[in-house]
Amino acid sequence: MLMRQLTRWIYLKVNLLVFKLTELFRVCFHVLKRDLILSFTQKFDWLNPLFFLVLFTSLIPLSMDPSPENLSKVAPSSIWTAALLSSLLSLETLFKRDFEDGTLEQLYLIPYPTSLLIFMKIFAHWLSSGLPITLLSIPLALMLFMPADGIITLFYTLLIGTPILSLIGAIGAALALNLQRGGLLLALLLLPLYIPVLILGAGSVYAAVSGLAISGQLALLAAMLIGCLLTTPLMTMASIRISLT
Amino acid sequence: MITILKKLGSPKWFYHFSHKLTPWIAFFSITVLFTGMIWGLLFAPEDYLQGQSFRIFYVHVPTAFLAQSIYIAMAIFSFISLVWRIKLTEMLSKSCATIGISYTFIALVTGSLWGAPTWGTWWIWDARLTSMLLLFFLYLGVIALHSNFENRQTAAKAAGILAIIGVVNIPIIKLSVNWWNTLHQPATLKFTQASSITVDMLIPFLICFTGFSLFAAWMIILKTQNEILIRESKTKWLKEAIKNHAI
Repeated sequence: MLMRQLTRWIYLKVNLLVFKLTELFRVCFHVLKRDLILSFTQKFDWLNPLFFLVLFTSLIPLSMDPSPENLSKVAPSSIWTAALLSSLLSLETLFKRDFEDGTLEQLYLIPYPTSLLIFMKIFAHWLSSGLPITLLSIPLALMLFMPADGIITLFYTLLIGTPILSLIGAIGAALALNLQRGGLLLALLLLPLYIPVLILGAGSVYAAVSGLAISGQLALLAAMLIGCLLTTPLMTMASIRISLT
Repeated sequence: MITILKKLGSPKWFYHFSHKLTPWIAFFSITVLFTGMIWGLLFAPEDYLQGQSFRIFYVHVPTAFLAQSIYIAMAIFSFISLVWRIKLTEMLSKSCATIGISYTFIALVTGSLWGAPTWGTWWIWDARLTSMLLLFFLYLGVIALHSNFENRQTAAKAAGILAIIGVVNIPIIKLSVNWWNTLHQPATLKFTQASSITVDMLIPFLICFTGFSLFAAWMIILKTQNEILIRESKTKWLKEAIKNHAI
């Protein structure tokens, strides 16, 4: 008798858990889909940072002696700086529109973990900004005569590095939501926090170009990414709550 | 525990307490700083390697050390105010930011003044110099957040979150800057002397350090009092205190 009751209880609990989890996945997927659709209908939201990336990188050869050996020397630093700045530029659109039309407040009323939903928003933002920046930086690196080893490393480091930039940047974007001219302030808040990523990212590309091992730097970057994945959605949630009140 | 915190955290209590305390701190910080400066700048023995230019050490090291400590204090105050919602610590952390950035600035300027005769250059991208510069930028961000919001309480909360993130980031920044520096250039220049410091130099240094700490505490208290006067200007106790000339 007791056995039957116990199995029935376990069956019910497991059923409930599965139901809740599927609901959670559904909601998360919905948030992701909505944000992606919105950003692809507002084309300049995700195209502007990419234009900036191309323009910034083409300023580098124009401002110096454009011989291939000179350019390949500054290529890692200039492409990483350009990627950093264009990811910074893309942050303004992360929460702004949802904040203005009240969608962000609704997100806090949904009975699901808000930090997870915010993480989904950041992920959607990375898919529409960080990933294109990573892909676009490869032809730009070719234009600056970066050797093949460097280009592969650049791709890897940007693939690990741009999500960190988006995750840290989300906190800054959330804090600057209420401000009219948040763009410049955002740079002031975030650039000091971006410096470790820049040092590790550009440094490992330099190391790869000169034939050194890069696994250590990549491991450090990956560790930073995991740390950011765990903590920054919670911090972003708290920051948005401050801006909402 | 929380009730004690609430009592200690009330601006009224702090204002009256610090009002009695300020003259003492002011007196001690000025005397100690004066003694330390005179001793360090005039009577302490000169360095056998760096000569007279070594004396800037008595200003540079205390300010550089305190600049970092004040940042940590600011983050702790912000954490307390965010968790327990205490108004006083918000104001304290705001005053810490202003004093801390001035100390960072003094440390940077004295460092470059010291570098000119001893290293032969005003600035070098050494790991410690760079991390000090980044500390300056971190302070700048906190202050910018404080001054960009209309509402002082919202500003304090936002700046508090940034301060906490900054304090988590400081070790990472230091590590990465160290790593970056050692990759690019050998560590030829170091702040710390190879020889350990003699007692003749250590005593004036400790006096200077105490003086700078007291001075920072005094300035932070003064700024916090100012902030209380602005924020609490509509409260009853403050109006009565002003009416009775108790302040």
